[in-house]
Amino acid sequence: MVRRGPLVALAGNPNTGKTSVFNQLTGGDQKVGNYPGITVDRFEGKLDLGEDLEARLVDVPGTYSLSARSAEEQIACQAITGIPPLPAPELVVLVVDATQLLRNLYLTLQVLETAVPVVVALNMLDMLEERGQAIDTEMLSKVLGVEVVPVSGLHGTGMEELRRAIERTLARPAGEQPLPRWEKSPALIEDLDAVASAIPESWRVDGEARRHALALWALLSIDEDDELRDIPAALRAKVLEVRRESTEAGREIEAEVIEARYAWIDEHGSPALQQKTERKQGLTERADSILLHPFVGFGLFLLVMGLVFQSLFSWSDPAIGAIETAFGALAQGVESLLPAGLFRDFITEGLIAGVGSVVVFLPQILMLFFFIGIMEDSGYMARVAFLMDRVMRALGLHGRAFVPMLSGFACAVPAIMATRTMERRRNRLLTMMVVPLMSCSARLPVYALLIGALFPAKTVLGFLPLQGLMMVAMYLFSTVIALVATWVLGKTIFKGPKVPLILELPPYRMPHWRSVARMMIQRAGFFLKEAGRVILVCTILIWLLLSFPRNPELDTDYEALRVTAAETLEGDALTEQLARLESEESGEIFRASYGAHLGRAMEPAIEPLGFDWKMGIGIIGAFAAREVFVSTMGIVYGLDQDADEDSVTLREKIRSETYADGKPVFTSLVGLSLLVFFALACQCMATLATVYRETRSWRWPAFLFVYMTALAWVMSFLVYQGGRLLGYE
Amino acid sequence: MTRLSDIPAGTTASLLNLGGERTFRRRLMELGLLPGTSVRMVRRVDIGDLLQLEVRGCHLSLRRSDAEQLMVRDEH
Repeated sequence: MVRRGPLVALAGNPNTGKTSVFNQLTGGDQKVGNYPGITVDRFEGKLDLGEDLEARLVDVPGTYSLSARSAEEQIACQAITGIPPLPAPELVVLVVDATQLLRNLYLTLQVLETAVPVVVALNMLDMLEERGQAIDTEMLSKVLGVEVVPVSGLHGTGMEELRRAIERTLARPAGEQPLPRWEKSPALIEDLDAVASAIPESWRVDGEARRHALALWALLSIDEDDELRDIPAALRAKVLEVRRESTEAGREIEAEVIEARYAWIDEHGSPALQQKTERKQGLTERADSILLHPFVGFGLFLLVMGLVFQSLFSWSDPAIGAIETAFGALAQGVESLLPAGLFRDFITEGLIAGVGSVVVFLPQILMLFFFIGIMEDSGYMARVAFLMDRVMRALGLHGRAFVPMLSGFACAVPAIMATRTMERRRNRLLTMMVVPLMSCSARLPVYALLIGALFPAKTVLGFLPLQGLMMVAMYLFSTVIALVATWVLGKTIFKGPKVPLILELPPYRMPHWRSVARMMIQRAGFFLKEAGRVILVCTILIWLLLSFPRNPELDTDYEALRVTAAETLEGDALTEQLARLESEESGEIFRASYGAHLGRAMEPAIEPLGFDWKMGIGIIGAFAAREVFVSTMGIVYGLDQDADEDSVTLREKIRSETYADGKPVFTSLVGLSLLVFFALACQCMATLATVYRETRSWRWPAFLFVYMTALAWVMSFLVYQGGRLLGYE
Repeated sequence: MTRLSDIPAGTTASLLNLGGERTFRRRLMELGLLPGTSVRMVRRVDIGDLLQLEVRGCHLSLRRSDAEQLMVRDEH
């Protein structure tokens, strides 16, 4: 019988190959949840220990130290030490990067202090060998007092030995593992006892070692302005009091503790690291001298970013086209099988179209995460942050925000998903809130239609095409607004202390293709499951709005017109006339829909922007996806519903549309106002659904929608009313 | 005594003391930058105002303005 397995935590510094070890140990068998109350994914998998024992292995976020400042760092600490609300693991597997042994031993030492049973998985030994160095694992095992197993997350070697070491350690009686004995001064012990007295019972304080370890954690982590959660007020007060007293006595507790730990590491850990041959200048340093070069490196960086952008913007196009065609064909196939009616329309126009509008995002998501996976795995992402620090710092953001912001020009959905490469929640949220302002590829058809219809195809200064200039201007405009918004939001809603940059530049490594592929599939899966549900429901809602009521009373008797046509015309002329009548009829049905009522109802709100109710319907329809604005306008005007942005009839229809008093509806000024509105409004439920998935809260999508719509309204208002004041129509 | 931000690329110096905000100091110390530790200036990127350092075999990067708070002794 398999008994409910013990909980094993897999922890380690960032960039130690922890995730590939996790994948190797669990196989494909993992599930994802999230840590309570925070947007950090929690991966758990089954760890088969043979015979009748199966442990639960949980992947703890990478961290340099147990002491924490942010809520994210606190998760790692809670998961390792078992501070509520997280359960205490029965064993911690520490993945240690052999090439960064001494620094990795710092976290190891901290974990050992808590007296939890530990097994060390020593990764990347082959890379250490290339440097002419080696680690005496036996000696390391002896000084740490735990089993040390050489593994390779990349090649999957050493996993059996690691499993057996875990099994052996779990079977050993508790308390057998020796505690590392770095020297604590009497004054420090006094401080720790004082803090320990304020630690709540629920933190499972059993034994002197754990009591002191938790007190040390509290003493080094709690601060006047930390972002930690669930810290009892009594404990917080006690820590601040103890620290104040020690400062007054001229002591600095942090330095005292950290220096003592490193002194222990230098004395006991360093001898295990042996220099076999003469030290060579690493590949990493040589690569950095090119990739971080102020000119060459920057040029290469632009090239890489150009490649990423090109792939999202153009190379994903055939796949997107194929998906659209496939779903179109599927809808047609179903249409021919089912009898006409509400059910058929629901299946084809609601359900199939809805699923299609979710799946259509996959090419860009997979493509972006392919590049992100390679950049993360190879170590280049840290260099991107390095190269872009100057620019992003000026905006109050981290260099890592650059890739998501650039991706926003292709599509906000994968771009928002890409914000998880940022560690701090504040930076992540801020980036998510401004990425949708970038002009994505779905806005392009709308720009093309409006610019093509409303701005003459003449040249400026004799050679610059006006329409092309307008297009460039729209991109510049949206970029400038996005940058200004970043700066303003960073100074207001996301105001926080200025955080000094401490950026680790990990050694370059060959990307691990299996882990890149796994990440691509995982991200795509999250999107389909969680954001996809919301998008599907919204698509169906919009379909309902635009196709009900059924069979409204129409002003024109189309049936009679059809009969007349059949009597008077024949051949091609008849077919043409019938098609025209059908388009006009569906246009009229559409104008009688609830969506149209809503469009009329919102006319007072959009009138100051120069829009009429038909544009209102277009805006509602565009919520399903911005490019739908084009086909919606086609239907509203009673044209063929396959009208696209290059359709001459649609452009002419837009130009010739007039109000009752004969004034044209679409002037260049209205067009400009509509362009500005589309550039800034959050007309995209997929974006909102993705923000919901990434923040696991409706608060941020709601904020995003409100602020972008308000911004769009105000800017359009200024353009339209300002233009009128200047005498334009 | 010199500021870490002032030492030329390619040189190594021994840290004397760390200034700045408490969490900044703590994070640096936890990454192994302690009084007495040798720090090598791998690269200075003056355009970006960034410094690349090597400490205990690991590379990390600091802004010049932040590194001004760290004092070192020249080792020549």
